[in-house]
Parts: sequence; structure tokens; C-alpha cells
Amino acid sequence: MSNTKYSVIGKRVHNVDGPAKVTGSAQYTFDLTFPGMLYGKILRSPYPHAKILNIDTSKAEKLIGVKAVVTGKDTLGKKQGIWRRFPELCDEEILCRSKVRYIGDPVAAVAAIDEETAEEALNLIEVEYEPLPAVFDPMEAIKDGAPQIHDGVEMNININRHIEWGNVDEAFEQCDHIREDYFHCSSQAHMCMETHCAVSHYTYDKKLTVWTSTQSNYYIQALLADMLGMREGDIRVIKPHTGGGFGGKFELDSAQFCSALLSMKTCKPVKIVLSREEEFTATKRRTPMYYALKLGAKKDGTLLAKEVRVVTEGGAYTGMGATALYLTGFFSSFPYRYPNYRYDGYRVYTNTAPTSAMRGFGAPQAVWAGEQQIDMMAHDLGIDPIEIRRKNGHVPNYEVPGQAYIQSCGLHQCLDKIEEFVKSRGKLPPNTGIGIAAYGFMSGGIFNWFDTPYAFAAATVRISIDGKVDLYTGANDIGQGSNTTLSMICAEALGVRLEDVRIHSADTGICPNDLGSWGSRETLMNGNAVKMAAEDAKKQLLEIAAVKLKPNIVYDLDIKDCWVHFTNRPERGISYYEVVKDAIRAKDGQNIIGRGYYTPHRKGMISPAYSYGVQAVEVTVDPETGRYTLNQVVTAHESGTVINPVGIEGQLEGAIMMAGGYGYCEDQPMDDGKILNPSVADYKLIRACDMPETKILEIDTYEPEGPFGAKEAGEGLTNPTAGALGNAIFNAVGVRIYNLPATPEKVFRALQEKKAKEKEAKK
Amino acid sequence: MKQRLTFTINGNPVEVYVEPKTLLVEVIRDKLGLTGTKRGCSDSSCGACTVIMNGYSVKSCSVLALQAEGAEIITVEGLAKGTKLSPIQRAFLDHGSYQCGFCTPGMLMSATALFLENPHPTKQEIKEGIDGNICRCTGYNSIVRALMDVSAGKYKEED
Repeated sequence: MSNTKYSVIGKRVHNVDGPAKVTGSAQYTFDLTFPGMLYGKILRSPYPHAKILNIDTSKAEKLIGVKAVVTGKDTLGKKQGIWRRFPELCDEEILCRSKVRYIGDPVAAVAAIDEETAEEALNLIEVEYEPLPAVFDPMEAIKDGAPQIHDGVEMNININRHIEWGNVDEAFEQCDHIREDYFHCSSQAHMCMETHCAVSHYTYDKKLTVWTSTQSNYYIQALLADMLGMREGDIRVIKPHTGGGFGGKFELDSAQFCSALLSMKTCKPVKIVLSREEEFTATKRRTPMYYALKLGAKKDGTLLAKEVRVVTEGGAYTGMGATALYLTGFFSSFPYRYPNYRYDGYRVYTNTAPTSAMRGFGAPQAVWAGEQQIDMMAHDLGIDPIEIRRKNGHVPNYEVPGQAYIQSCGLHQCLDKIEEFVKSRGKLPPNTGIGIAAYGFMSGGIFNWFDTPYAFAAATVRISIDGKVDLYTGANDIGQGSNTTLSMICAEALGVRLEDVRIHSADTGICPNDLGSWGSRETLMNGNAVKMAAEDAKKQLLEIAAVKLKPNIVYDLDIKDCWVHFTNRPERGISYYEVVKDAIRAKDGQNIIGRGYYTPHRKGMISPAYSYGVQAVEVTVDPETGRYTLNQVVTAHESGTVINPVGIEGQLEGAIMMAGGYGYCEDQPMDDGKILNPSVADYKLIRACDMPETKILEIDTYEPEGPFGAKEAGEGLTNPTAGALGNAIFNAVGVRIYNLPATPEKVFRALQEKKAKEKEAKK
Repeated sequence: MKQRLTFTINGNPVEVYVEPKTLLVEVIRDKLGLTGTKRGCSDSSCGACTVIMNGYSVKSCSVLALQAEGAEIITVEGLAKGTKLSPIQRAFLDHGSYQCGFCTPGMLMSATALFLENPHPTKQEIKEGIDGNICRCTGYNSIVRALMDVSAGKYKEED
């Protein structure tokens, strides 16, 4: 992990936002107030599917303290979506005009002098609905005669995805053993500690500023401009400190849109903070999926063919769910070299809260199903689970046919490390089992369905007379630590100290356009842009330094630790700070400005780089009750060069909390489209006492496409835990759980069933 | 009918007028402008609003403001002494025991209350001490490591 050739990278440093965060001085959108600020609230549909016949807001408007009420009539009547390149997938009005499609769909919003008045006004809005038959399960929604949720969408199929290579049908004929298995993946809430919120301020000069808790201030800017009929440049979106995202905050949301509309009506700042209940019921969530897998192998464990069919519960709208549908199909082939592979996925509209991106982006579902099935195949063939993965696993420079080109890949080293760990545990106590799962994940998406004309990532570096470096990036630090990682990359590339860099991020008014933070983009894509900007600035400094140092053609100049020097005689040089002064004077007093950008070209269909890992989960099950404890989680992980080791540890442990919860307890049960547990009290997740011991075994790799060899490090870690847990439960007590989450109750029932079968067999 | 309420917060006496139903967290955030204290759920399940009241950690969303009459309240803003961070704050920095930082103030207050009661808690006691605080980012273990170091005396109060 440590690397002496770097001065900043790989060092254990304090997060650049740390002092603000441990003193309570970090300001979140949730904390902002402005003079004259109004408070907004949103009225939402109580019906899963209904026509809106009439909305009467007159009583609400008359309530003292109410300053504005908006409904769909106050909008331009447009539909928006993040897949802008495909108009049919832009299907969400946000403020519904004629029809609501889930319990929680917004129908009106109010701005008032305080929250209580706004709340009271909501009760005075009279909405006349005509309830329509509704459908909640995607398997029902595709049937003939099912209620149609969007006009003209046959069988409620929102989008389908097909991926294929090789000849799957022929290959199955050559297999010695074929398995067909069915799994179901449940929903999961992002449960960001800060709920969705925004303060919008439209001013008399017809400009709009929005402070919001988001993962992509650029997306919000662009989508708002379209929905409000404004120029992008007249909208400034600023992301203050943000209390988590996890995939749930990069689409335009009701807080942002409604606060902007209300502010346009009043020219006052309008703040909307979603309640925790709204957060659970009316924001997007992890996509539930029905998974059918067919896997064929030779006797020796060579995997010849895999066929995957998936139906996902789309909920009412598309959002990023279309991407999740594609990625779950792609990652279902991971991390194995299938010569023949076929995926067919269908995303189906239902009258439930829309589903979309969540950390892992379709891959945790693929791993839950796929990694259990691999274990089942190994079990059938009498092969060690690690061995079957080793035999078929991705290797460096492997091409996923027609899809992706893998450069660095440390999967096999990860398998070796996990094998060592499993062996070191020796014979396990009774009812204790270790399960493993292998995974790979992307370092940012190559796809451009948003249709951005800009580079995917961009950065600007500005150096002032005292040598201080201002770094401007469109990356959004939502807690994952991109402000720190990018500052480290900037400092390393420029040759200065971390404390010489001050980062300014996620403000469309001052930062270059950038797609923001999602899909594990930041370290590789933003990192490359930052590195390029820093190197551009460095080159300008070295041109000036060369005048003084007069390097021979064979000599080269560089900067490290604020020392501008000859690379082959590092002791000879001059101070960086002196060079900065000379350079600014030499450039007519202009700041030194470095520019950088990154857009992947010709890197396959998915991502420019992939990280890999193998995780082992150890559980002990009480065979009488099904109750189990997560004893420990050991992860062998490679993410190229480690830029920020403290950040990686945090990402890993945090992923285990979230993905362990996905496997163990997190769920959003529904009754007729109504989420039954919309409170933190009822939404069970892993707390400190439930958290297992965690250990990281870091594997060294170097990714040629990444900045200083770095690649994705945090999101992929959400993928393996549930699948490994499923395997661990099987290894502990011999029952297989097919439906997420694998609650103790499900384990108990499976044990009962197993006992009954054994009894039957004895007879 | 608003009523008079007096208490001290981070050593400063305050006097405010509040409705009987007003919550302590509302006074702290909205009336006193101490926005370090967060709200994550409003049903005392997440711990983001944790403050110390008369030496014990309480969830300020489940305390009526008037119950704080005469109390001594400490919020996250009261942890540092001038420019000197508290041992727990420094341990959090060193161990990266926060990511988005939204739960951090509440987590720091639960931890501070734990150490007021028990200066050398065990690992299990630490876990129990922060079990009422949800952190969606860190997975808790870096927080536990930081607090273990504080418990072992690796971080002293700075003069």
C-alpha cells in the first residue's frame, strides 16, 4: 500500500473537510437559512394509480402566511429524465398534471412563512382523484390486461436490454452439468442521513441559485433549465456539504424542482427539506429484481455458458433504473471468462415508488444470485468454491467479448489471499460457516445517455503569488472523500504539499462542467482531469524555471515537495514558491491557470477500468431459531494505486454496513403499493453492535488508465457481501436462501423445511 | 402560549420563549442557530440530534424544550476549547471516523457522554455507547477504533 516514490499519495492524511465535520461547523443544505426565506412542503398522492380530475388550491392560497402554491398547471408541462438521449424514457413530470402513478407522486407544493403554515396549507388543497386499477408486481404488470401505467407502453415494459456473445445454446449442449436457479432481490433505501433538500432563490434579475444536497450539481442545473425554460447559465447549482448520496441524489428531485418553481413565483429563497417519511416513500430506491439463471459447466469446473433473465420492478418512472438494468446484465457475467453469455433484462413499470441507482448499481443483485449459483455448481461438481473461481476468473488484459477491455486485474491474487484466510480459520465451530463471493466493478461509466456536450470530467488549477493552489472540480464530495482524494492527486501531480491545495468543488458558478459523482467516477475520471490540470500548470512553471536553471537537453526538470529540481540531480534546484513568483511576473501578472479534462474514448462499452475483489463472510447460526451473527468479514481488494488509504478503509467498512444490511435485514415491504416501514424506527439496518469485525487485505495493482495507476475503490465493495452471506449460511447450516434479505426468519423456515424433508426421507 | 425558558448551552446562559410543544432540537437549531446538531428522523431513532444534557446524552428531538429548564446543555459546538479540539475530535480526525459528517455531531456527543461516565470503556461498551447513532457511511469500525485509542489514553486534553 505504501509507496515511497510519492510524497502525498498513499499517505494517511486527514480528510480536507475533517475539521469542519468534527466541529459541527460544516454547513449542509439542511442547515442553510437566508433572510426572508420561505418554507416549502409538497402534497403527494395517497393513491398508487389515479387520474387527477381537479386540484383546488384556493383555500390554501387564502391561508395567512402562504406565499405561493404550485401544481402541474404552473409547469411547462414537460417530462424529464436523466436518459435525455431517449425522449421516451423522460417520463417524469415531478408535479403530476393528469395522473399519479405511485403513493407519493407529487401533485402540489406550497411556500409559506414557516413549515407549520406550509403543512397546514397542504391540508387545504383539495385534489379530486379517480382511482385506477393498480399493479405492483412486475410479473403481474407484464400480463395481458394489466393496468397500463404510461400511455403507449406495451405490457408496461419500460426498457429491455440484451447482451450476448458466443453461441449459448450450442454451448449448453456441450456442458456436463447445467443448473437453473431462481432468486429474488428486495428493495433497499439509500437512507442518507441528510434527506433530500434544496434552497432555491430566483431573483428579480431572472437568475436562479439552488443550494442542494446532490451528487451532480451539473445534472440538476441542466435538468432544471429544461424544466423551467431557462438557460443553463442562468441557473447556478451549489452543493454545500452533503449528508450522503449512495446513488439516490443525482436525479432532479421534487425538493429541487418544487422549491425552484415556488421561488420563481415569489422571488424569495424557498427551502424544502423532505421528511424522513417522504425520503422512504417518495424518493428512489434500489431496484428489486427477479433473477433466473442457467449455468453450464464441464466436469472439471470450466464454465462454458451462462444465460440470465431478469425482470426488474421499475416503479412508476425510469430515472437511472435503465442503467441499473444494463449494468446488472453486464455484471452478471463478472468476474468470469464465459465464452458464451446471454442476458435479457426487462424493466417493468409498476405503481410503486420508482427504483433507480443505488451503490453497486445492479451489481449487488447480480452477485447475490450469481455467486450463490457458482457455489452451488461447485458443490454439484465436487470442486472447491475458490478453485472454480480461480479456473474461470478474469485475468489482466482479458476482453469481455464486445463489451469491455480489462487492463489491470488482481482477482487471482485476491482469491489466493482469501484462500489463505479460509485455511487459517481451520476447522470451524458447529453451525459456523464461511462463504465467499468474487466481484468486479467499473471506474465510471463510458455511456453518455445524458447527452452531455461536455467532457465527462474537468478541472482547473489556479496558482496565486504565494504558491497556494486553488483546485476547481465538478466532482461532488458527498462523504466519499473526493475532495481529499482529488486534492491529493493535485498536490502529487504539481509537486506541492497537500496543505498548499485548496479545493472548490460542485458549484456550477465557478467549477468546470462535470458529470458529478456516481458510478465510481471520481478517482479515475475526475482524478485524470485534476492530474492533467496540475501537470498543465506545472509545465508553465517549469518553462519559467528553465530560464534560471538552464537544464541541458538531457536533463529534465520536475517539482516534488515544493522543490523545482533536476530529475537526475534532485539536490540542484530552486524553491517552488520562488518559481511561482517569477512565473506570475513573467506572465504580466496573470495567475498560473492549468486546465484538465477527461473523457474515455475507445475503452469498450462500459468503463475504462475495473477493480476486483473477493470477500469472505463468516456467520454462526443458531439452528433452533435461525438467528445468526456476522462474525467477521474479510475482503481481499484491489483498486490500483491507493491514493487515500484512510478513505479506502472507510469505504470498505461502510460498504459492509450497507451491503451486509442488504443481505441481512434491510427491506421495504409493501401492501398495495404502500411502503409499510417508512421510519428509521421500523427500517432495520446494521448498528454498531451488529457490525462485524472487518479486515482488508489490499492487493497491489496498477491501472494504466487511472491517475497514478488508481481506479474505483468504494462502490464495488457493496457488491459481494449479500452473496457471500448467502453462501456462508449454506456452509453453516446447509440451507440456501433465495430471496433477499436473508433474515433469520427465512433461515428458520428453511431449516424447518430441511428438517421435514430429512424426516420424510428417513421414512 | 409561549413560555420563558432559561438554560445554559456550551457554558452560555440563554433565555428564549417557546411553545410547550417546541422540541429542544428546534430551540438549538432554529432559535440559537447552532446547526451543528442535526436531525435525521424525528422519532429518536437515528441519533443525529444527540446532545449532552446535565452530563447525559439525550436525543434532542425527543426532549421538550421546556424540560431543559435550568439544564446545562453541551452541543458539538461546545466540544472544542477555543481552537483546541477535544481528544475525541482529534481521534476522529486521525482515524477518518466520519465521511459525509452528518451523523458526526451526534456521534461525538454520544461518545463524549460515554467518556464522561466511563473514561476507559471497553470495545463492547463503546459499541453499546454509540448503538443509538446511525452512521450510513463508515460502518462504525473506524469510530470504534478512534474511541478505543481515546480509552487507552492516546489522546490527552490539549492545554
